[in-house]
Amino acid sequence: MAITINGTEVPLPEDPRMSLAEFLRDGLHLTGTKIGCNQGGCGACTVLIDGQRVLSCLTLAVQAEGREVTTIEGLSSGDDLHPLQEAFIAHDGFQCGYCTPGQICAATAMLRELAEGMPSSVTGDLSRPAPLTAEEIRERMSGNLCRCGAHNGIIAAILQVAQEGAA
Amino acid sequence: MSRVQNTLIESVRKVVGWVPERWLPGGTPDPLIGRHGAVGTQLAQLDGPQKVRGAARFAAEVPLEGLCYAALVNSPVTRGRITRLDTAAAEAAPGVLLVLTYRNMPRLGLVPLMGVTNLGAVGNSALPILQDDQIRYNGQVMALVLAETQQQADHAARLIDLSVDTAPALSDFQAAKPEARTPASILVERNEQSAGDAEAALRQAAFSTDATYTTPGHNHAAIELHGVTAHWTGNRLVLHDATQAVAPTAAALAKLFGLRREDVRVLSPFVGGGFGAKGFWDHQVLAVAAARMVDRPVRLMLSREAVFRMVGGRSPTEQRVAIGADAEGRFTALIHTGYSVMPPYSASPEQYTLGTRSLYRAQSYRFGQKHLDLDIVPNTFMRAPGESVGSFAVESAVDELAHAMDIDPVELRLRNEPETHPLTGTPFSQRALATAWRQGADRFGWDARSTMPRARRDGEWLLGMGCAAGNFPYVRMPSGALRIRLTRDGQATLSTSAQDMGMGTATVQTQHAADRLGLPLDAITFEMGDSDLPAAPVAGGSSQTVSIAAAIAAAASKLTVELLRLAGNASPLAGLRAGEVRLAEGGLVCIEDPTRRETYGDILTRAGRDEISVTETGAPPLEIFKYAMLSHSANFCEVRVSDVTGELRVTRLLGVFDVGTILNPRMAVSQLRGGMIMGLGMALSEEVLFDERSGRIMNPGLADYHIPAHLDVPEIDVTWTGIPDPRSPLGARGIGEIGITGVAAAIANAVFNATGKRLRDLPLTLDRLIGAEGA
Amino acid sequence: MNPFTYRRATTAPEAAAAAALPGHRLLGGGTNLVDLMRKGVEHPETLIDVTGFSQQIELTPGGGLLIGGAVRNSALAAHPQVRRDYPLLSRAVLTGASAQIRNMATVAGNVMQRTRCTYFADPAASRCNKRVPGSGCDAQGGFTRYHAILGGSSACIATHPSDMCVALAALDATLHLLGPDGPRALPLSEFHRLPGDTPHLETELRPGEIITGVELPPPLPAMRSAYRKVRDRASYAFALVSVGACITVENGHFAEIRLAFGGIAHRPWRATRAEAALRSGPATPEAVEAALKLEFAEARPLDGNAFKLPLARRSAAALLAQLIGETA
Repeated sequence: MAITINGTEVPLPEDPRMSLAEFLRDGLHLTGTKIGCNQGGCGACTVLIDGQRVLSCLTLAVQAEGREVTTIEGLSSGDDLHPLQEAFIAHDGFQCGYCTPGQICAATAMLRELAEGMPSSVTGDLSRPAPLTAEEIRERMSGNLCRCGAHNGIIAAILQVAQEGAA
Repeated sequence: MSRVQNTLIESVRKVVGWVPERWLPGGTPDPLIGRHGAVGTQLAQLDGPQKVRGAARFAAEVPLEGLCYAALVNSPVTRGRITRLDTAAAEAAPGVLLVLTYRNMPRLGLVPLMGVTNLGAVGNSALPILQDDQIRYNGQVMALVLAETQQQADHAARLIDLSVDTAPALSDFQAAKPEARTPASILVERNEQSAGDAEAALRQAAFSTDATYTTPGHNHAAIELHGVTAHWTGNRLVLHDATQAVAPTAAALAKLFGLRREDVRVLSPFVGGGFGAKGFWDHQVLAVAAARMVDRPVRLMLSREAVFRMVGGRSPTEQRVAIGADAEGRFTALIHTGYSVMPPYSASPEQYTLGTRSLYRAQSYRFGQKHLDLDIVPNTFMRAPGESVGSFAVESAVDELAHAMDIDPVELRLRNEPETHPLTGTPFSQRALATAWRQGADRFGWDARSTMPRARRDGEWLLGMGCAAGNFPYVRMPSGALRIRLTRDGQATLSTSAQDMGMGTATVQTQHAADRLGLPLDAITFEMGDSDLPAAPVAGGSSQTVSIAAAIAAAASKLTVELLRLAGNASPLAGLRAGEVRLAEGGLVCIEDPTRRETYGDILTRAGRDEISVTETGAPPLEIFKYAMLSHSANFCEVRVSDVTGELRVTRLLGVFDVGTILNPRMAVSQLRGGMIMGLGMALSEEVLFDERSGRIMNPGLADYHIPAHLDVPEIDVTWTGIPDPRSPLGARGIGEIGITGVAAAIANAVFNATGKRLRDLPLTLDRLIGAEGA
Repeated sequence: MNPFTYRRATTAPEAAAAAALPGHRLLGGGTNLVDLMRKGVEHPETLIDVTGFSQQIELTPGGGLLIGGAVRNSALAAHPQVRRDYPLLSRAVLTGASAQIRNMATVAGNVMQRTRCTYFADPAASRCNKRVPGSGCDAQGGFTRYHAILGGSSACIATHPSDMCVALAALDATLHLLGPDGPRALPLSEFHRLPGDTPHLETELRPGEIITGVELPPPLPAMRSAYRKVRDRASYAFALVSVGACITVENGHFAEIRLAFGGIAHRPWRATRAEAALRSGPATPEAVEAALKLEFAEARPLDGNAFKLPLARRSAAALLAQLIGETA
């Protein structure tokens, strides 16, 4: 009965009502994962489970048993920042910083999805890999709301990292 | 009270009007205006690395030993009296430590409402907090449950059995209109103002428009939920809060709980978005009371639903705007009146007519607002309260007139630019809206706009362009205090209790301090978000940047005097007075003879001091009575509207801002865009669904209250005139709110240009475009 | 949330057996159920996690596709065969919710998801016949923007919110069910019920039955298909109206046409009347318009959703016009 969080195995909480978000924040003090609505409506709680982005507020912690969870705290180590974290700073992709960890976690998985050729609802031709455009990234990031209005900076940051990755 | 206030304010204006300029703040322009230093550079947010790592610790994230968790019960009815409140099952539920209701809540006084006549006050609601069995609005807190875990608290809260003897409630906007109140003043302005006979002028005008515009309730919807962690040690209280009013919150709590001010500490280093919402509401008081009762630290994070139910938003409005014009398009009458909701226990008058009062020159005017008393959660200030929704009405009306007269809407606005404040004749400190219009029209390619609606099409999509002005007053708060501590190693620490909700206050003031003190950026530390620091006022009205700037300038002046005193006769500066030196290159330099200079370190060393510390408050903001000080914007947009479905997409948006000196272009762009995106949301989709049958909000969540998603937001172009305001610190005016103004009107005007349909009700949803018959 | 027990089922029969027990609910991705539990709408005593089996997408002997009930929505949308042979399904799924939610939500859970009626989701203060049979319906006379214009009753005007199911309806999909009496199959378009007097009975699922999979018939040659979703936000919002269509056209006539709507009824609405009127007839805008008029003849729009009638007709007409254009 354990769950791996950022590479470390931890025992599951006893109360099955505890969501993964609550477990991370209250149980493990990994407060980089945010709760903005607790109802699947904002994306602030986005984490990766086995590399896939999910909402930790609608995931019961027990559902993640035996799986690998990566949170914003697991994306970088020491003073080194993840390229997306660097790019968010460079493009002013945040103001208050509250939705930011969720945006960055979502973007990490999104770039992988894009690289694997997964389509989105704005992809014109489903039989080909989606093109790397701002429109594609906007659609794919639409599950992460931002109220300060850092949208342009967020998309620019992700586009830059995507282009560097593609180069 | 507010009639007295009108007289008072008008007297101050009159007196200050006679006082020579040079005696007033801003009389002599700030010497830093136009200097190319750290101010004006693209410094990135200093706390960026913490934020992108998720290491920025917000209020509901502070870990404490023995922490317990709270959940709330909100009233499901609007008016009534509690007849039965059975808490036994909740109290018996696993992990429950306390059930707090009006029966066992400590008896507390009322929280004074914030307002212009009581600047220290912080209350958003004048209603009692869990003090009696009365229910006054839908969503009012009925109980708080405290348990060992959040899950236990949430569950036990559902076990409370409540019976209510319901009473009739007022929740119908239209039905309340006959009973509307007409307040004497709206913030610092006399409410009803007129010049000439505007109604007669309107009737006689060669061209005119006269229409009603409505805007729904809006919710701030900051992504961070309101949350606190409250912690008592004996008689000392520490509250980790997400607040736009750090020191005022500490003062209010001290008063309410009978504590000495110095025994209350409010900490708020990060706030996950405010926009007016992160003020003083019931939850702080409840958490503090509960923590005291169980003698353990308490975490209370509101649910998203509770935020909608207990933290008020922007009032709905119904506005009439009428404009009369002569054959050349010169306004002969300008009328802006209307209704909004403001129960007597709320602090925010939603001043939608104030912006209009200085926007255009006209031969006659009539302005006035009426308030409706509905039984609702107290409405409050939300980003550009008033101007955001007022600009939708007036700037739609100008567009209607331009179309009726077949005059370009930019040109019509230029013809009605005022020379001085249209009502008072007061000179503008600086106003270059005309420049912004010309700059924007050129940059946007406005000449590509068709004057005929429905003239441009791309497949099923109709294309249109629209424009609208926005404005927002310059506000500088009195009494913001700040400390500068200078150490022998040439490092300066600036401290004030002020708050940062993401605007980049610390970053910008670090830039400012570097220039003001003549130090490199890395020699400056800026501390804030702690009520133990010198007290700053609430962050509101886009006032914080200039208020802190004034405090830094004042503290730097005081520091100069103190340093000269310390320098003594052995210094190269001996004999110089404060006015004869400036702070530069890490020390004091004689203005006349720059070879006479000494570093801070040398002065302190010779005096045998490790450090010097001064605390000062900014000069009273009398400049706002001497001059008409406002920021302006010219907004341009292009939309696509599906001729099939009525779906609306904004494809281009440009804002040209006349906001004084830009202190940090990178962050200014972000903040202005942020405002514009909130304006975009207001135009496209934002609407609190208030069920008038029950008085209940029916979309209390982010899945149903639609703020823009990434795909709704185009690349937004932002630029500015860059002209400093000679009367303000650094030549700056606040930029937090101006961005939202005018945007919804620009979009509605573009929709008209695209479709030929004039939408006078927000939001501009597709049902309003295709109608029931699909015409 | 009420306290509950959580366990995982490892096989479909085990899950079906558990589903028959009182207070037991099946848990897929949890994107709907966990939210409703937190809101106090659902109160299961035991959650049976059913994501551990039926995870495959495989070709059927007849050339169709069998999609396991626990396949995640994102995996379904990205599957190469689905993208190639059933692009309508891929498109519909991709317009639903957000990438995160699609990574969590399962196919069976999507079929079983409950209405987004805001009065349904407000147990503290609103009456709802779906939640508490016989208690009344506060949606009537309230905010009905997301409510039904077809097939509603005085007891309930809720809509089924799924995008995926609209595509499945248009694709003639069949649900594979497993229950105490063994397996059975049911066309998706017959699975969801209209509310009538019993809006709390939402599907034809019998006690102890579970959805093990969804079967798609073999793709028709030369079929053109498309999905259009109209909503209040460009992305991450439920449909006001959505429409999915598959057609084949021969010599200017509809050889086959399947049309389904979302957001307008208590179930994904297969437009059988319009289809019957159009099948074998000329593929012209006039014929389409007449057929749509027929389909919506019994629509009962309310003050708050009257716009959906023209919206649905116009969206469908435009979509079919586009598809006819593609076949030309």
